[in-house]
Formats: sequence, structure tokens, C-alpha cells
Amino acid sequence: MRVPLSWLREYVDLPGDVTGRDVAEKLIRAGLEVETVEESDLTGPLVVGKVLTYENEPQKNGKTIRWCSLDIGKDEPQWVVCGAHNFEVGDLVVVVLPGAVLPGGFAISARKTYGHVSNGMICSSAELGLGDDGMHGIVVLEPGEGTPGDDAIELLSLRDDVLDIAVTPDRGYCLSIRGVAREAATAYGVELKDPADLTLNGSGANGYPVRVDDAEACSVFVTRTVTGIDAKALSPRWMQKRLLASGMRPISIGVDVANYVMLELGQPIHTYDQARLSGEIVVRRANAGEKLMTLDDQTRELDAEDLLITDDSGPIGVAGVMGGASTEISDATTDVVIEAAHFDPIVIARASRRHKLSSEASRRFEREVDPNLPRYAAQRVADLLAEYAGGTILPDETVVDTHPKPAPVTLRADHAARVAGAVITLDETVRHLTSVGCTVEAAAADAVAAPLAAGVHAPALAEVGATTVGSTHVEGADLLTVTPPSWRPDLRDPNDFAEEAIRLFGFDNVPSVLPAAPGGQGLTVSQRRRRRVATALVGAGLTEVVSYPFTGDADFDAMGVPADDVRRTTVKLVNPISDEEPSMQTTLLATLLRTAERNVGRGANDLAIFQTGLVFLPKAETKPAPLPSVAQRPSDAEIQSLYDALPDQPLHVGVVLTGALTPTGWWGKGRPAGWADAVQIARLIASVVGVEPVVKNVELAPWHPGRCAEFSVEGTVVGHAGELHPKVCQAFGLPARSSAVELDLDALIAAGPESITAHPFSSYPVAKEDVALIVPAEVAAADVQAALAEGAGELLESVRLFDVYTGEQIGEGKKSLAFALRFRAPDRTLKENEVADARQAAVQVTVDRFGAVQRVG
Amino acid sequence: MSGPNTDYDPVEVTPLHAEEVERTRDEALTAFSGAADLAALQEAKTVHLGDKSPIVLANREIGALPPQARKEAGQRIGAARKAINDGFASRLAVLEAEHEERMLDTERVDVTLPWHTPQLGARHPLSLISEQVADVFTALGWDVAEGPEVEAEWLNFDALNFQPDHPARQMQDTFFVEPAGSGKVLRTHTSPVQARSMLTRKPPIYVICPGRVFRTDELDATHTPVFYQVEGLVVDEGITLAHLKGTLDHFVVSMFGEGLEARLRPNFFPFTEPSAEVDLKCFVCRGASVGNPDRPCRTCGSEGWIEWGGCGVVNPRVLQANGIDTDRYSGFAFGMGLERTLMFRNGVEDMRDMVEGDVRFSRQFGMEI
Repeated sequence: MRVPLSWLREYVDLPGDVTGRDVAEKLIRAGLEVETVEESDLTGPLVVGKVLTYENEPQKNGKTIRWCSLDIGKDEPQWVVCGAHNFEVGDLVVVVLPGAVLPGGFAISARKTYGHVSNGMICSSAELGLGDDGMHGIVVLEPGEGTPGDDAIELLSLRDDVLDIAVTPDRGYCLSIRGVAREAATAYGVELKDPADLTLNGSGANGYPVRVDDAEACSVFVTRTVTGIDAKALSPRWMQKRLLASGMRPISIGVDVANYVMLELGQPIHTYDQARLSGEIVVRRANAGEKLMTLDDQTRELDAEDLLITDDSGPIGVAGVMGGASTEISDATTDVVIEAAHFDPIVIARASRRHKLSSEASRRFEREVDPNLPRYAAQRVADLLAEYAGGTILPDETVVDTHPKPAPVTLRADHAARVAGAVITLDETVRHLTSVGCTVEAAAADAVAAPLAAGVHAPALAEVGATTVGSTHVEGADLLTVTPPSWRPDLRDPNDFAEEAIRLFGFDNVPSVLPAAPGGQGLTVSQRRRRRVATALVGAGLTEVVSYPFTGDADFDAMGVPADDVRRTTVKLVNPISDEEPSMQTTLLATLLRTAERNVGRGANDLAIFQTGLVFLPKAETKPAPLPSVAQRPSDAEIQSLYDALPDQPLHVGVVLTGALTPTGWWGKGRPAGWADAVQIARLIASVVGVEPVVKNVELAPWHPGRCAEFSVEGTVVGHAGELHPKVCQAFGLPARSSAVELDLDALIAAGPESITAHPFSSYPVAKEDVALIVPAEVAAADVQAALAEGAGELLESVRLFDVYTGEQIGEGKKSLAFALRFRAPDRTLKENEVADARQAAVQVTVDRFGAVQRVG
Repeated sequence: MSGPNTDYDPVEVTPLHAEEVERTRDEALTAFSGAADLAALQEAKTVHLGDKSPIVLANREIGALPPQARKEAGQRIGAARKAINDGFASRLAVLEAEHEERMLDTERVDVTLPWHTPQLGARHPLSLISEQVADVFTALGWDVAEGPEVEAEWLNFDALNFQPDHPARQMQDTFFVEPAGSGKVLRTHTSPVQARSMLTRKPPIYVICPGRVFRTDELDATHTPVFYQVEGLVVDEGITLAHLKGTLDHFVVSMFGEGLEARLRPNFFPFTEPSAEVDLKCFVCRGASVGNPDRPCRTCGSEGWIEWGGCGVVNPRVLQANGIDTDRYSGFAFGMGLERTLMFRNGVEDMRDMVEGDVRFSRQFGMEI
């Protein structure tokens, strides 16, 4: 809502020296979101001039200029050059003199042009910052609008500050000068001159016939008729100026007056050419298949839920959203039917959304308009048309009004103080509520305070409810009965009234008190371990990144994910940012590889990045989530079905390594990051959360089929690590042999211990034994190691693989694995034969299980 | 070795003469102090302390003395031997020290050289600031609450008093989950975690909820469709707007420094009533730039205050929808954007830097913000 300060001043007696910024500051403190204040950079001298003489002088460039003498209230005439021709001798014009600065920073000086010295110039509407008035020339004032030498800045209110206010949904009334003026009057503690306070001269009957079929959707419908207007008349300059300053273009007197009254009072107006109406106006819902061409020349298919204005010809408007083209007023119109109505906010909001049509009218109706306004607004439109378009107002008037009166609410007199936690006296509370337009009375003796939330059964409040209080004044009352004004339909609950009292009391005057929470338990085990994983990864040299969770087929294709892979079953969005990425990620790598690609593209070849984030896994059966009532807590079953309807969303951790892990340097040759580094990082993550995973080779996209490790815990797969498939590296533009990890961090953490129990450790000497075993090449080292551990028994302290050998000496298809075993007993020094026996038992399991042969020498 | 010889005249055993013993000792000490290095000292040791050395040989002769003479000779030889041993040990210590000093000197390196083990990586600053906020509030005894990102529409809107056709619901630019009418959305704020907290916990509830949220904005220098928020919720007996102010003041000081405070400006949010915008006293100029063109402040645009987030007293309708007894309990809630916080707190100029995943962005921060 754009609010010119000069317009505001008409209804609020603001101190003369306040600026737009001052008013903005006050309004912001009162809760209006003033986004910008436009301050004019115009400075004079700018005066009214009377054209004394002019000469038409054709120029070589084909133009004809006028060499004019002007009376600007001085002894000598002012001589200027003018390019426009829309004026005659005797006309009053606006003259800018040397030394002035026009809007946009255009400094004016006397200058030589077309063979003359021009001492200033005659101004057009655009040059004065009033916008294009469509005149294709300079501004010609009405006779008597001023006298030569008058300050034109003051006369035309040219230096006006404009406040741009973002009106929040609860303050629909502030989509009008009237509403903002009310706030400004309260803020400055001055009287409001209500522009709606005008004399009604309608008879209340016999107006244009109207029938409302849906009184809930249309609770008020008023029409007035003005006959014999000159539709071609120009709107007065002040009205055009205000419309322009408010961001609307002047169009014609009929349209301008309707827009002006909407801006002034907040009541949207529609005007019909009476000659083009046929029969009774009927307000009803649409029938199937009905169509309407709206004022923007679009033919719209109507929905059965749309509320329509119709006549015998069919639909002539979508109520509260946009009128129809067929009954539009035109230059030929003489008789105008004015509609001022009140529509249900939800009906209008839905229609506006359905037709993707947000109009000045719908924006206001959606936020609810003062239901008392229609008769006054229609009167105002009629008055303005009569005055400026020469029409005659018929006394006949149609008034359909079934709107309920605002309901009074009873609340504790100290409610605002209790909500604020501040000392707000009863007097202050009453004063503030009254200033926003409420009627405040002491509650009747048997009144009961309204529940804090409507729908909650009223508390007994015995200690105050039974108190007898006077009925005509509120001093000492324990309960108040407050009736909100018609323009504040948002005031319904006790807290709504508390907010009004507190904001006017001043949020700054509320004390600052830190509440004492009961003792907390700190971070949960999961929250703590997630932090430690991140810290460990950073310690290992990885950098955390974030990326969007959106993905699509292109990512899965690039990753080589097969068509029937479960990861391609995704949660999809109705309105994704990009149609190419309609899905929520089922694997972190989809988006992490794109991030790696971006970094490599920016020259970072050696990359070690990680990310944690949710993945979105649809359930086998997807059900819609219910929308239970908000009147009370949903049942446990309803809450459960809310949760059940959602996809599984475990937290994953992903890692991508590209290029060199260690660079080549003075220490020697560098080492590329490879599959083993990826597997080791996965192991690191597992050990941070206290889990010992089982690792085995598997084949899975996007990894290299021979270089992918599957991690599992207690039989459940928790993720994978290894080298990426060469085609995947290529598809994402990554260096060859890049590698990646993805683990289900939630599952890993859940598998970890709640806490750690200490075990005693032995102080007796260790016995070390090495063993080399020749096994078939396809046997996994981890399995051989597990077999050794199993066979070695309780004396085994640790087993570690320290060498892998393949070659001629041991034959094709075989490999030699060398392990270091450490034995130790808790209670004694081990004897040689005990160690030898344990070693032999360990080897024996590998012999039995894998046909291992001990390698000697 | 000679056995006892009672006929032998002890005075005639030359090596045991006092002068002879002194000479032997002095020769040894001279040899040791003359040894130039450890090898020469070892050689001298063999000569003067070895099995065939004069002092050892002399010692063997003691047994040949008559018992009455043995004590004196033994003492003489013992003292000489100790002197020789001490002389050796002190020379050895000197030579070893010299040797070590020479060796260490030759092992000097250039400690400014780089090494190949991985450098420290970096956290993303959004993670760091989330954790810092969580730490501020866990220190007050609050819990850190979390929730899913694909959320039930009811929890994201209805439970928070966003009515189905209310303009506030349309203002949120929501991503909807297929199929249309599924009742599921990408959460537009972290507020559904408040609803979940109220549905699953019993008052007193003191929770802080950091998390990622989604709105259908196009990415530009100041907007991103995916961003991070942090919200706080308190539901307890007797909670007032004053408690909200106290909490915000504490939060401001914790994040931006002593002596700062929050300011509330009335506003509208469906889930709070009264509602307010939170401004933060500029932590750079502390208001000194206001109306002072000589000292402009980039951080607050010379306004003295920085817009930070929204807050309010929990609307009793929200408590009601989530099963909290509105006669007994009241609450407050507040929320801030973390990207925005990083932008003004840490001087990040472009939103895109925070979401594109360029490692250089995270690396500026390391493990601290």
C-alpha cells in the first residue's frame, strides 16, 4: 500500500514539520511494516506562470518550437523556449526557473537553445514526477487554479513523501488511507477525520434490483445509480496525482473515481454501464460450463465454487475479483450503477487462486473489508461522479445487508498485563482498546471470561467471574466486555485484544526477564555423535559442503543406477524448482557428485568433501496425510497416521574424494585418493560412533563393480564405499578413479553403544606370532582374519594383516596373506607351548574353511 | 694368581708402593683427559682400567701381602681405582656431550617446509552456527528438537493456526508433495517441530529447533529455495512477553557480544499473538552511525538496528490444537534465518556462496565462525 503523506495529512492533523521518515518510524513502532519512504528530491523555484505571448518558430530539424513570454508575478516577463503546443495565450502553466532541481536530479539553468536564451522551461506531468498523464504536452492548469508567481510545489503538492507499507494479513483495513490514517492518528495522539464520515442521501430502497442467493458468501450488496455523466470528462488533477502516487494510472473519470474511493476507504468498487445491464443482478455460485470474459479480455472457465455477479445475460463478473467486459463502462456511458459489496474472504481467496488472478479488489476482500463501508463508499463514488462528471445521483438505493454485528468478547481486565508480563493499568488497557476502535465496558456481573482460544471450554474463573462490578464504567472491573470495531474482524480472541493494548503500551516498555528452564539433559546421544563424526571427518582433511536435495533422472542416469533400482522410486514435488529435478534425493551422492563436479569445474582437482543430509525414501504404500480438526489435540491414532503418511527420512553422510590424497612434493611422489581411502573413511565414521561393521565386496552403482565395499551392522546394510565406476567419473566430469562413500548415519548411530563399559587389561608380557597363509585369490582377507580370530581363542589380543603377496612363488589364482598375532593372558605369562597351540588352532580354522596353506620361509 | 706367601716381604712388592700407585693413577688420568674422542677414550680405558692394566694387576698383589699389611694397601689401591674410574666417567660425559652436540647440529632442518599428511578440513559455517545456537540454549537447560523435512501439511500449517485459505498460508510459497492433495509439503519453516514438541512432550517445554526449510524462491544473491532456520519454543506456567524479551536479549549477547539487546516491533504471524519482528542492536556501530554521516555503518546501513527474525507469544489456538491446557500454560516462540545471520554476522555477501558447495567458502571458516 503506497501512502502519499499529503493524503494522510488530510485525515490526520500531523505536526507541520514531520517528514515521511518520522511518520514511518511511528507507524513501524505501531506494527506497520513500512518498507520504504520515497522522498522527493525536487527543489524550486517552480512557479505558476501565465502565457503572455508566444511565437511559433520552425527549426531546421523539422520541429517547431515556441518562444514564449510568461507572467510569473514579477515586473518583467520571463522568456522561455517550449517544444509543446497544447497551450494558448492566457493559460496557466508550471514554470521551472534556473537554480531548481527537477525529480531525478535534473538541475535547471538558463541556457542557449534554438537561438534564444531560455530562462527555465514549462513543465510536463512526467517532468514534475507526476507520471505520464497522457496529455502529450505540458501541464495546463485550470483557470483560477493559481495566480502567476504562486509556488507550484505547494500548490500541486509536488514535494510529497510516499510511504510504501507491506500490509500483514491481519491488517486488511490498512490497505486504505483511512486505515493508515487511523494508525497515524493513534500514534500521534491526535483526532482522526474519518473520510467515511459522510452524509448518506440514499433512500435505502428502489435501487437497481439485486438478489443475493448466497448470503454467507455475500453478506452486503449496495448499489447506487448516477445518471447523465460525461464519461469523457477528465479526473481532477489532484485525483490523478494521488492515483499516480499510489501506483495506479488514471484512465477515465468512471474508473478513476472507483479506484480513488477504494484507496481512500479500502472498499473495492465496481461500476456498470446501466445501459449494458439486462435485468436483475443476481449474486450466485457458477453453474457448470459457464464462461466469462473478464476486463482483461481473457475468457475464463468458471468453477462451480466461483461466486458470480450475473444478470439476465449470464455472468457479468467474478465477485470481488474482476468484472466482466460486457458491462464495462466506456466513453459512451451515461448512467452508472455502482456496486459496493462485502464478500467472504475465503470465497474470494479461493477464486483468486483458482483463476491465478490477484486484483486490487481481491487483495482487499481476502483480508476482509469493513462490512459497514459499502453504503458510505457507494455514496462517496456517487458524490465524486456528480461533482466531476456532471452526473445526477438518484436517491434510489439497493441495500442488502445480512452481515452479523461484531460479537462482544469478555476477557479478564488484566489479560494484556498478564500476557505482557508488564504493569499495564486498567486505564491504559481501556484507553488503548478504545483508540483502535473497540467499545469497552465492564462485564455484566454474571459474565464469564472468554476462553483463551475459541473452542476451549471456558474456565470457571470463580475468583473473578462472580465479582459484581458497575455496569457503566470500567474502573476497578475484573472483567471487560470488548466489542471490536467493524473494520477489525481479526480481533476475536482475548490475545488479539491483548496485542492491541500491548503494542500501544509499547513493546519497548515490557521488561526483559530470562525464564528459568528446568534442568535439561544436553544433546542427545545421536546429536552428540553426529557432531563427532563431522569433527573426525574434518580432522581427516575433509571439507563439509551443503547442496540442494533435489534430483532427477539425469542424476540417476549419470550414476548408472539401473531402471528398476529402488533408488529411482522417489518422493516427487508438484511444483519443483526445475522440471528436470522433480524428486527429493534418495541418495546423497546424486547431489554431492554435482557439487564435486562444480568444484572440479572451478579448478579444485584434489577434493575431499562430505555432507550430511536427509534422504527421502517412499514407503511401500503411500497414503495422504490427514488434516484433523484444530479445535483440540488430534487423537493418538490421528497423530500416528500423520507420521505414518510421511516417507522415511534417515540422515545420511556422503563423501567424495577426487585427485590426489597427498600431493607430490619434496618428500617424494604423491598418492592418489583411491578406493581404500574411501573404505577407510567409512570405517572411521563407524568407529567414531562405536560400531564395528562387517565389510564385504558387492556390485552396486555408482561404484566400480570390483571395488565397492558394502558395510553392514548386525545383518543390516548401512552403506557403501569404494571407487566410482569409470563411466560415473566421466559423466560427472571427475578425475579418473574418484571414490565415494554413503552411509546411513542414523542406522549406524542406532547400532552404537549407549555407553561404554571399561574392561581390565593385562600387565603380563605379550607373545607375538606371525603367520602367512596361502589362500585362493577370491577369499576375502577380512574372512581369513575372522577365521584366525575365531580359532585363536581367548588368548588372542589382536590380529592385523600386514602383507598381501601374489606371484609365481605361490602359483596362479592364489594369494599369500601375512598376519601379525599378539597373544596375552590376563593372569600370567604365557608359556611357549600355550602360544604355539593357540597359533595352530587359529591356522587350523583357515585350513578347514579356505584350504589355507601355511607359507614357510 | 699368587697365593699367600708368608715369607715375602710386603714392603718389597713394588706395584703397591705409594709412589707407584700414585704414578699409575696419574698416568691413567692424564691418558683419559688427553683422549680426543670417544674411541681414544675407549682405548685408554682398556690400557688403564682393563684386565691387564697396572691398577688391576696391582690389586691382585694385595693378597700376597701379610694380613697386617693388606688393609693399608687395599685402601690405597681402592682410592686410586676410584679416582681412575671417576676420571674416566667425567671424561666420558664430556666427550658424549660433545658428540651429541655435534650430531644434533648436523641434523638441523628447515621447519617451514610443508608436509604431506592431510591438512585440517572444514565444517560448513551453517553447521557451525547451528551448533553454536544449540549450545547457547542447551546451556540454559533447553533441549534440541528435530523433525523431518517432508512434513505433514497439518503440522506445517493447520497446527500453527494457518487456516486453509488464509493469505498467510499462500505467502509461504510452499513446495507440495505429489500427488496434489497428499497433505504433505516440504516444511516451509522449522515451526512444525514446535507442533511435534507439543504433541510429544509435556510442559514445561523448552526447545530449540535448528533445521533446513524450503520455499519456492529462485536462487539469487539474497534468496534461496533451501535455507536454514532456528526456532525456539517455550511452554510453561506463567510465560509472558517479558520472558521472550529476556530470552532474546540473552541470545543476542551470546551470539554478538556483551551490552547488546533485542528490540521488538509489532507484526503479524498466525502462530503467535502478540507477534513481533526482532531487531538486534548493531554489534558493529552500536547505534553510533545513526544520524552521523561521518561514521556510516555497512552492517546496519546506519540504522542502528539489524532485522533478525520473528517472535511472539504462542497463540492459544496453537496450544489448543496441540493439546496444551490454555488455562494453565502459555508460551513464546521465536525464529531466525541462519543464512541471514551469517550474512551480517560474518560478512557473507552473496547467498549463493552458502549453497553452491564451493569448498573455498567452507575453508575460510575451518572449525570456527
